[in-house]
Amino acid sequence: MSKVDNIHHSGLIGSQPPAAEASARAKIAHTEEGFPTAWLITPATIWLILFLVVPLVSIIVFSFWENTAQGLVPAFSLDFYGEYFYTKGFFEPGSDRFLLPSVFIRTLGSTVYFTLVTMLLCLIVGYPIAYFLAMQVQAFKFQLALFLLCMVPFWTSYLIRAVAWLPMLGRRGLINQALIGMGIVDKPVSFLFYSEFGYTIALVQIYVVLCIGPIFFSLAKIDKAILEAATDMGATPFQIFREIIGPMSLPGVAIGMIFIFVVIMGEFATAVVVYGGKTSTAGTVILNYYGIANYPFAAVNALMLMLAMVIGIVVILRIVDIRKEL
Amino acid sequence: MARWTPERWRKLRVKTGFSVYYGIFLMFIYGPMFAMFVLSFQGRRGGTSFPMRGFSLYWWNKLLEPSTVGDMQGAMGRSIILALMVMVITGLFATMLAMAFRKKFFFSNVLFYTILTGLMVPGVLLSLGMAILMRQLGIPPAWYTSGLAVHVIWALPFSYLVMMAVFNRFDSSLEEAARDMGADEWTVFKEITLPLIIPGVVAAGLFGFTLSYDEFARMTLLSGAENTLPLDINASMTQRIRPTLFALGTASTLFSLLMISAFLGIYTILYRRSR
Repeated sequence: MSKVDNIHHSGLIGSQPPAAEASARAKIAHTEEGFPTAWLITPATIWLILFLVVPLVSIIVFSFWENTAQGLVPAFSLDFYGEYFYTKGFFEPGSDRFLLPSVFIRTLGSTVYFTLVTMLLCLIVGYPIAYFLAMQVQAFKFQLALFLLCMVPFWTSYLIRAVAWLPMLGRRGLINQALIGMGIVDKPVSFLFYSEFGYTIALVQIYVVLCIGPIFFSLAKIDKAILEAATDMGATPFQIFREIIGPMSLPGVAIGMIFIFVVIMGEFATAVVVYGGKTSTAGTVILNYYGIANYPFAAVNALMLMLAMVIGIVVILRIVDIRKEL
Repeated sequence: MARWTPERWRKLRVKTGFSVYYGIFLMFIYGPMFAMFVLSFQGRRGGTSFPMRGFSLYWWNKLLEPSTVGDMQGAMGRSIILALMVMVITGLFATMLAMAFRKKFFFSNVLFYTILTGLMVPGVLLSLGMAILMRQLGIPPAWYTSGLAVHVIWALPFSYLVMMAVFNRFDSSLEEAARDMGADEWTVFKEITLPLIIPGVVAAGLFGFTLSYDEFARMTLLSGAENTLPLDINASMTQRIRPTLFALGTASTLFSLLMISAFLGIYTILYRRSR
């Protein structure tokens, strides 16, 4: 049949256009259907430029301005960057601050450290849940139901969820009562709440769902036949995990880690509630300097936070190439 | 019935182990909230931790009566109004954007990444940028202006991704059939496209509602003189924590759950009808 189609012959009215040309023309006509693109994207684009692009660019601009008694004055000043990086005595071998990074860099560093610890804990806690949902639960209906059950707390206010740890971890909380009841300690321990421990626990509880979702989706895409084939050829469960399941779930792990990284780096509310404001994160420092009307320095802090986040995301993407694996 | 081979026993043990772990996990993520629900019914003389000293609605009543600190009812009302505005705007924007993205267009990549930036950029940063900018321009911030602006930026990426997923499974041959029969673009949209995508639009809008209702970080510097509910909760946490806060937390959580159920319910009904 196809041979007959391909024969060009001049018809009664004239030569027929080749099939390829006709379909190309049809495609052009197709792209002209629907509402004009410009109408559809203009309102949202204007909104995004005014309320996302301009504020972010203005942070960069304001970080170079000077703060005077009359308010912000346009300038190109690197003073606030100096204040951020330099501490007195940094270059003096005799000083006790010799080669000690500034307090702002150390705050950013501890924020990164906390974020990494929380990411690791979320992975350890969350991965088996995602594995259970994707591999052990058979019916899709149950998978979805059990997954939604994990997701529900994510939809409620995270401030409330942070406060909710007080009856558990507080000085007279349930954990302390249990410890005393079992005779492990005689006096309530105070390291649970208003401490690094409590902060980390609360962060894991609040954000672990962010990595369960992506890992679950990448695990669910694995063809079960491959796993059966591996079992038939004598692979142990550990080998199957190391050679097949682990590598194939990496994109999900990477996406989940990026979510958690981004959210916790900018976190400040949980730190205040659960950590009792005893510590500062990069986020609280920014707000403090805004509070005392030192806007350029708040902007410098914000930029450094942003820089650290971009570096973090690039590193994660370097370790796992998401696009290649998808 | 199959025989109980060692292999089947092993699989059962693994499955049981994982199920038990899942149960513990649920206790971990629901436990603290549940303790808070129970403690909100604490007796009048009780404190913020167990044991319960009687059972009363005292703290719930305190929530309803006008108090000296804060304005909880007003804050809640403002939060709901704001969330409704965000719902309508994000639902509309997300639908329009997803329709535009069905075709390739100039700078579509840039637009895509700009939309997703709203999701990636920390709330503190956006709040700071907007706040300094408005201060320089001499515009006072308010929850219904600057607050609304950044809430839409935050909710739009989620709603947009929902609508992209909706159009991914969309069969455009129906629209083409209508066009071939001479329908104009507006008729095609009203009669064919909209009825098919309406569950997605509702889902995208309600997604925006919940995100806005709970948003705190983006609002910190931008709400102006009047607080929204998350800001009010935060303010009351800096004072002595009382069971009233637990009652408020319970009420707020129940409201969120109600919204999610409504979201799932409406979606299921509309999805069934559209098929």
